[in-house]
Amino acid sequence: MTPTASHQPILDPKFALPFPKAVLPVLRNPQLRKNVAHAIDVIQTKRGKLVAEKADWQELRTSADAIRTHVLENLGAYLEQFEERCTAAGGTVHWAADAEEARRIVLDILREEKASEVIKIKTMTSAEIQLNPYLATNGVKAYETDLAEIILQLGEQEPSHIVVPALHVNRSQVREIFSRTMGLKDLSDEPKALTNAARNYLRRKFLEIPTAISGANFLVAETGSVAVVESEGNGRMCLTLPKTMITIAGIEKVLPRYRDLEVVLQLLGRSATGERMNPYNSIWTGVTPGDGPQKFHVILLDNGRSSILGRKTERQTLKCIRCAACMNSCPVYRQTGGHAYGSVYPGPIGAILTPQLMQMHYAQTLPFASSLCGACYEACPVKINIPEVLLELRSQVVNQERKDLKRFFDPMYLGLRVANLLFARAWIFHTAQFFGRFGLGMFTRSDGWIHSLPSVGGKWTQTRDLRGMPKQPFHAWWAARKKEAK
Amino acid sequence: MRVSLFITCYNDSLYPETGRAVVSLLERLGVELDFHPRQTCCGQMHANSGFRGEAFSQAKRFIRMYQDTETVLIPSSSCVAMIREQYPTLIRELGNQELRNQFDALLPRVYELSEFLIDKLGVEDVGAYFPHRVTYHASCHSLRGIHLGDRPQRLLRKVRGIDLVELPNIDRCCGFGGTFSVKNGEVSSAMLTAKLQDLLSTKAEFCTAVDNSCLMHQGGALHRQYAGMKTIHIAEILASTEAAPAEALQ
Repeated sequence: MTPTASHQPILDPKFALPFPKAVLPVLRNPQLRKNVAHAIDVIQTKRGKLVAEKADWQELRTSADAIRTHVLENLGAYLEQFEERCTAAGGTVHWAADAEEARRIVLDILREEKASEVIKIKTMTSAEIQLNPYLATNGVKAYETDLAEIILQLGEQEPSHIVVPALHVNRSQVREIFSRTMGLKDLSDEPKALTNAARNYLRRKFLEIPTAISGANFLVAETGSVAVVESEGNGRMCLTLPKTMITIAGIEKVLPRYRDLEVVLQLLGRSATGERMNPYNSIWTGVTPGDGPQKFHVILLDNGRSSILGRKTERQTLKCIRCAACMNSCPVYRQTGGHAYGSVYPGPIGAILTPQLMQMHYAQTLPFASSLCGACYEACPVKINIPEVLLELRSQVVNQERKDLKRFFDPMYLGLRVANLLFARAWIFHTAQFFGRFGLGMFTRSDGWIHSLPSVGGKWTQTRDLRGMPKQPFHAWWAARKKEAK
Repeated sequence: MRVSLFITCYNDSLYPETGRAVVSLLERLGVELDFHPRQTCCGQMHANSGFRGEAFSQAKRFIRMYQDTETVLIPSSSCVAMIREQYPTLIRELGNQELRNQFDALLPRVYELSEFLIDKLGVEDVGAYFPHRVTYHASCHSLRGIHLGDRPQRLLRKVRGIDLVELPNIDRCCGFGGTFSVKNGEVSSAMLTAKLQDLLSTKAEFCTAVDNSCLMHQGGALHRQYAGMKTIHIAEILASTEAAPAEALQ
């Protein structure tokens, strides 16, 4: 299958359903939930072992945090340094303010190359700017070469994870997709057979298509280098065979020095796939005559990032090295998988990144898609305090929404405003306890429990009972006891 | 030693037996308890729901109410985490230096129950008796918020008669998350179902924790399902003796 103009991405925050609605079909889908839980258990087990063997894991996190924080505080200088060094090494650096500009730059380069086909290394940044459907509309066929991305492209599906994009698909589903789209009737679901099918499919593309697109795991300011890490070697093929390479990188991806890779690569492999090191680590600098692509473009993409940079609490979002440890550790993601987040960036990092990339105009339900359990912060190799950013974004959403007249009688808003009045004075709080017990008494059965409540309460009692309010709150018991003692 | 009990708004309203247990436990250990009659809430519900201004006014109220107190004891790790993690942000954004100074002076004197028993009183064996099979749920805030470590388990292991069984996936959230449980009621329920599977696999009679909020969530589902397991706050187990068994057993 090739992407068609009518292929509308579902992971567009502008059109996505609110998270609580988007999860409903997923939660009722046993196949999907089993696939997600199984894949995550495999990754988490491997990660757990490899993190445990690193005695200096916490020190590594501290170093990576320091490096990434320093970069963000001096981002302009490091980007200029990168541009200068990359240009000196024969690369061409482009700056894109938003997704539209980045897409335009890619298309202009492809037109200049007279390319009607392009091969791609897995890049979430290109998914962020919805590059493939745009290229398709403009007559360029983009072929994914990462195994998971091939599965999604051929199966006309969307990524549900940033490291393992086809995490929600199991082996027999892969067999079905390959068998149908490659015309392989007798394909088995053995991993060897499936990878062989992908290999045959890819080989022709690698040999025939001279133009490639990649993302970047890191940019190195000191040398003007770009680093891409991967597991399959298909990225390495894209980096060596084509004549022209176009790299799209978010502006936050830069590291000051080459040796900083020592810190981040140790963390990335372990956090992302539970490997000591990624099997393929490609680092290239501009153009090398006679070796690899002879034309090299880097597009530095802002697309909302510099506005995040300007905000003190939220800035840490940009420290992210896209390892996905947060989603792998997240108890919400474990139940829902990635699609419900309505963005190419799902899970806890997506819950803070997506609304910010959308300038807080869309995806406002995502900051609330968390129980604030803190597992993401504990797992994050660069110490992004995701719960802290979630809370900051929640307060921004509430500040937007509470001005809205429609929200005035929203039971949740009304309840929280009333609760604030109660907590301001103990006597009001105590009076409310009395009336609360009276009110809930209508719903309390003879066993002392509430089985069904109206309105917001029904969201609780859909799966949980609630014990009725006791006759004597603690403060009243204490007062009575004190009186007795006198 | 004089200790002021901050019971928390939901324990006061919904779980007074936890408060009564804290009182009987601490008096047994020779601690003199106070109770500030005008206390209400620490502000966590508002802070976590994005209502920062409201949360700040409750934070301010809490700090001023307890600034002259020798020790504040709170039988809820999530309220302690609120004070330790979120008050500094609220004060920085909405408060002033005077409040910050008052807060800094108060903070080292705020204890969660198991911290207080082990770190301040230096006891692990509180002389409790609870001859039942019990599993311990480590709430997210106790684990990752205030880093209680194994303090609660150390206290429970010393309870005579107890059959303490380890809960599988003990570090995984039960899906409560305050207003999350209603705003995202279905995801919350899916997380809860996974937690129930782990809970029931222990074949325990009781699930205990240092937070009644998680227990309200799990207990609500256990009750709905006729699962034959009850929830009980750790204070009630630690207060339980042969002569005065926990109220949940009566």
